Amino acid sequence: MSIIKGAEALLMCLEAEGVDTIFGYPGGVALPIYDALFSSKIRHILTRHEQGAAHAADAYARASGKVGVCLATSGPGAANLVTGIATANMDSVPMVAITAQVTTSMLGRDAFQEIDITGVTLPITKHSYLLERAEDIPRVIHEAFHIAKTNRPGPVVVDIPKDVSDQLFEFEGPCWEMDLRGYRVMKGFNSGQVVTAAKMINEAERPLLYVGGGVISADASDEVRQLSHRRQIPVTATLMGKGAFPEHHHLSLGMPGMHGTRYANYAIGECDVLIALGVRFDDRVTGRIAGFAPRAKIIHVDIDAAEIGKNVAVNVPIVGNVKEVVAALLERVEEKQELTEWHETIERWKDEYPLRYGASGEGRIMPQHIIECISELTDGNAIITTEVGQHQMWAAQYYKSKHPRTFLSSSGMGTMGYGFPAAIGAKVARPDLPVIDIAGDGSIQMNIQELGTAVEQKLPVIVCILNNKFLGMVRQWQSLFYGGRYSYTDISSQPDFVKLAEAYGAVGMRVTDSSEVEPALKAALAVTDRPVFIDFVTEREANVYPMVAPGDSIANMFGGDDI
Amino acid sequence: MNKYTLAVTVDNRPGVLTRIASLFRRRGYNIDSLSVGTTHDSSVSRMTIVVDGDRNVVEQLTKQLYKLVEVIKVVEVDAAESVQRELALIKIKAEPGDRADIAQMVNVFRARVVDISKNTLIVEVTGNARKIDAIQEALAPFGILEMVRTGRVAIQRGGK
Repeated sequence: MSIIKGAEALLMCLEAEGVDTIFGYPGGVALPIYDALFSSKIRHILTRHEQGAAHAADAYARASGKVGVCLATSGPGAANLVTGIATANMDSVPMVAITAQVTTSMLGRDAFQEIDITGVTLPITKHSYLLERAEDIPRVIHEAFHIAKTNRPGPVVVDIPKDVSDQLFEFEGPCWEMDLRGYRVMKGFNSGQVVTAAKMINEAERPLLYVGGGVISADASDEVRQLSHRRQIPVTATLMGKGAFPEHHHLSLGMPGMHGTRYANYAIGECDVLIALGVRFDDRVTGRIAGFAPRAKIIHVDIDAAEIGKNVAVNVPIVGNVKEVVAALLERVEEKQELTEWHETIERWKDEYPLRYGASGEGRIMPQHIIECISELTDGNAIITTEVGQHQMWAAQYYKSKHPRTFLSSSGMGTMGYGFPAAIGAKVARPDLPVIDIAGDGSIQMNIQELGTAVEQKLPVIVCILNNKFLGMVRQWQSLFYGGRYSYTDISSQPDFVKLAEAYGAVGMRVTDSSEVEPALKAALAVTDRPVFIDFVTEREANVYPMVAPGDSIANMFGGDDI
Repeated sequence: MNKYTLAVTVDNRPGVLTRIASLFRRRGYNIDSLSVGTTHDSSVSRMTIVVDGDRNVVEQLTKQLYKLVEVIKVVEVDAAESVQRELALIKIKAEPGDRADIAQMVNVFRARVVDISKNTLIVEVTGNARKIDAIQEALAPFGILEMVRTGRVAIQRGGK
């Protein structure tokens, strides 16, 4: 037992939770915490904006499977975390966001840099705490990590007033006791439902696996692969599920939904049993609900009971950990290796309706071509992060993921500006892998200040800007649904990204011809001590195809046939 | 749309009511009435929430409530198998000539007069929602000056 400050206890408790890295930004009432950090073993990465810290912590968590930690001061510091917290919440990412707060005696008096951050983040966190005394720090930190990573993961905010982090108290060491009567870790599942589901799978003629982020967060990729191989069941993986099943495999159908492959959407339309694992039937996947899997009995496995039946009525609901449930299914699902008419149908769709785009030529670079090049050069042994927009969908379509936790994208929230700070967080988590942010010229400008962080930390992350000088996805919709009125989507007025990168001390390259794409990527992959920006000048008005019009059935895909 | 009554046991901590209210607002559920109070165990509070909706709404709401860390238990209280009460205080105009009629009305409803002034009186009544609606209607001709009604509280009958 020793008498120490709340802030010192905080850092000792974080160490006890296994935290090795914090992404953060200091400020007035965060001073006691930063003073304690100065002599702590924990690595602190100073981002250039708190939003960058939140996204980096989020990606650190996605890439490593550990809880990501970000830290900010009160008021604007905490407010700048909000987009990052919302992003982590929508994609069920385990994260603890620590915010400093004005002293308890000033709370509620509109003090300088005061914001009610637990109030602001109420609907976008899994839980939150406002500490009132240092004695609670050990228990609250343990609870925060426990809640963030168990059941359906999510972000937890811990708000710590300055007098609490300054308070001297008798610290008895990290606490492993919790006071959480209303929160129980999900154990077991309804085994009767598993028997029913296994029977349904054994009798299915046209089964299909539809897998999502829950498979990755439960580390259930191996089990899913076994289930698929056991009966040669084709697999479609959502944007969050990308990497849960190797995409070069002949049973992989790629992504379903609005910009999915035709064969994935047709398979959903024709399957007789849909095995939905760790997914939430998002509107971007289902399109019009009535047109989603109309011929199928649906088995839905999810750890969050509230996801069952939320958007789509299902036949066999199973609430439980996907890894455990699929392992139990594997005990009952019978082997069947012969290929059937179902496989022939899918192969025919794949032949007839492949993903396609116009050829790159002299002075013309198709954005899809760049992503195919990245996919081939890395052979799936890299971490890809994305921003949000056309480039994100092209990355989802053309990059073949091999491993879980290697494709990081703001899927639910669709946060532009996610990819670059995420690449920083991913590189810190996995320094052994190349990390590439596939970006657009719009998105990259939303957190471009993180060049400062990546240069300072000597992180060789590669940013591939697919530069069409448009806010491309919005322009595409304006072109298709608003009569070509390009209202405020032309962003030709933009900085010289090469000079900008160089000004920060990073490597900058510009690629204007398709023959230079591969050499530039190879040169970027060879850099080991600083970030690289590659400004790919691409075809300006390329569209993401195929697509489903918003609100339409996913069977009705259009575009891309005439290419 | 039907009305469903949920008895929700929660940790007695600051902020719990905000979390529950926020959940209702965000997911678009309709609160008909909400009452909160402590129980025999001072560490927990009990909320009685009356919601408008159908069976699916109530099921989804129950699951969403359980996701809140501070929610310990959610029980749907069936009207037939429970005792449900509301309380109302009704201030009415009471001219000397009307007082006998009012007293009779109050007796019929097994309500009580709890305050008398020169030309007003306050009636306290307890019962289910229908009874309170009825006395309100009965007293209306005398002139209701002010009225306040609690939310519903409910408890299950027997061993449940």
